[in-house]
Amino acid sequence: MYQFLKNLDRRWVFLLMGLAVAIPILTNLTFPEETSPMVKDIYQAIEDLPDGSRILMAYDYDPGSMGELQPMAKAFTRQCAEKNHKLYYMALWPLGEPMIDIAGARILMEEYPHYKYGEDYVNLGFKPGAEAVITVIVTDLPKLFITDQQGTSFNDIPMCRNIRNIQQMDLIVSISAGDPGTKQWVQYAGTPYDIPIVAGVTGVQATQLVAYIPDQLIGLLGAIKGAAEYEQILDDNFPHINDNPDAQEAKKRMGPQLVGHALMVALIILGNILYFVGRRRGEER
Amino acid sequence: MKRTIPLLIAIVAGFVVILSTFVPYTESWGEKGMIWFDILAVGAFVLGGGNLLKLHLEKISGQRPGWMYSVIIILSFVITLVIGLLEVGVHPNPMYPEYAWAGNYLEEGAGFWWIYQYVIYPLTSTMFAMLAFYVASAAFRAFRAKNFEATLLLVTAFIVLLGRTYAGVWLSAWIPPTMVDICDFFNIATTVEDWRTLRIDRLTEWLALDGPTKGAGRAILIGIALGVVSVSLKILLGVDRSYLGQD
Repeated sequence: MYQFLKNLDRRWVFLLMGLAVAIPILTNLTFPEETSPMVKDIYQAIEDLPDGSRILMAYDYDPGSMGELQPMAKAFTRQCAEKNHKLYYMALWPLGEPMIDIAGARILMEEYPHYKYGEDYVNLGFKPGAEAVITVIVTDLPKLFITDQQGTSFNDIPMCRNIRNIQQMDLIVSISAGDPGTKQWVQYAGTPYDIPIVAGVTGVQATQLVAYIPDQLIGLLGAIKGAAEYEQILDDNFPHINDNPDAQEAKKRMGPQLVGHALMVALIILGNILYFVGRRRGEER
Repeated sequence: MKRTIPLLIAIVAGFVVILSTFVPYTESWGEKGMIWFDILAVGAFVLGGGNLLKLHLEKISGQRPGWMYSVIIILSFVITLVIGLLEVGVHPNPMYPEYAWAGNYLEEGAGFWWIYQYVIYPLTSTMFAMLAFYVASAAFRAFRAKNFEATLLLVTAFIVLLGRTYAGVWLSAWIPPTMVDICDFFNIATTVEDWRTLRIDRLTEWLALDGPTKGAGRAILIGIALGVVSVSLKILLGVDRSYLGQD
């Protein structure tokens, strides 16, 4: 048995992980979520803004991190739409632009039909240049974003006519999978110009950004767990969202996450048992 | 001359951006510098594309190992470039119907949208999803409690792995909000008011998003910032010229 496990083909581990993820998805395994204080802070920051406030939605991620970030991007859009905030979407990642269509515009068109493009939300699209883009738009937004994603002139968009720069935004919602992302928004827009920021980031990034909380960053949603808690707080406060299966995506993904993590813990324990048995037998040092 | 002019451009641009941060009168200079940067960033795409073609064409012509992959890269690059530049399948913007090129290149059904939806989207998602399998295999083979530091890392990993799921709540739900009665019974002095902070989910939050992570994160950030200042000064004063290359 020891020899079998010691020389275990890694394809068995792959198979186990495949099953650990697939079975909860197929059986729709879900668990209750408790909302943490940080998620409550983020929810409250959006809730405390007067109806119709201007919010910059920065979608700086790509399909690789969609699994973690898409549910929170959708949830941010939903909470903002519930408050009738004006939403200005943009991306610093080339592949972030379609994310705006999937996790922003489509939600508004299907679930909030009273939201009119150009009056209540606008997709400014992608601009190359990373932090250089931020440093320009904090003082002059139309200088870089001459048109929106559809090619409409910035000044022909009703909700953009009075916008000169992003200092006029009441909040920045940064959803980011790396650089450029939340870090750059904090360093080049939020901190120097005193614009409040909330963020949703991947698990890997979360630990690097906590240093900015609470002064430079109101709060951040970390990975799918943060998204699930945020979905829960929206469900609790907006019961009609509870009936929307698309608004429960993160909570559904917590099932596979639990079984996957449990398998990881089991594999680490098993690996260590083998290590100590091997050491006792003099096979390992 | 080949090194002096780029050096001067870097020094002037750097000082202009620094000056524009501290002197309000020069704010617009910095803004202009940043716009130049954006224009140069677009130029870098062209350079990058040219470099990619050069490298892979050389590989194909020399029939070096893996040259077939280079063929795929060049084909993908050229097809995407042509479809994107010619805006294949894109309709003109209804607000400016007289301008054929004013449409949204990512509109549903357009060529670029197809590439995104049916090639980039599934490929990048698959690449990321495969991490779970490799991480599981690596954890099984390499995550060993060989010494104190490794054991500490292992225990932290257990807490975080369980705490980021409902397992953390479930496994430590037995911890009561207050243990004053129990502590009194065993005559143990306690200053902890809310023992729920010992629950795995709360511990995870403290470990990952507060406490040690926040402290270490701030120290690293300050260290990096000081390092950036020192390297930037060396570049601005022309002491460090390594970024200009060898010849």
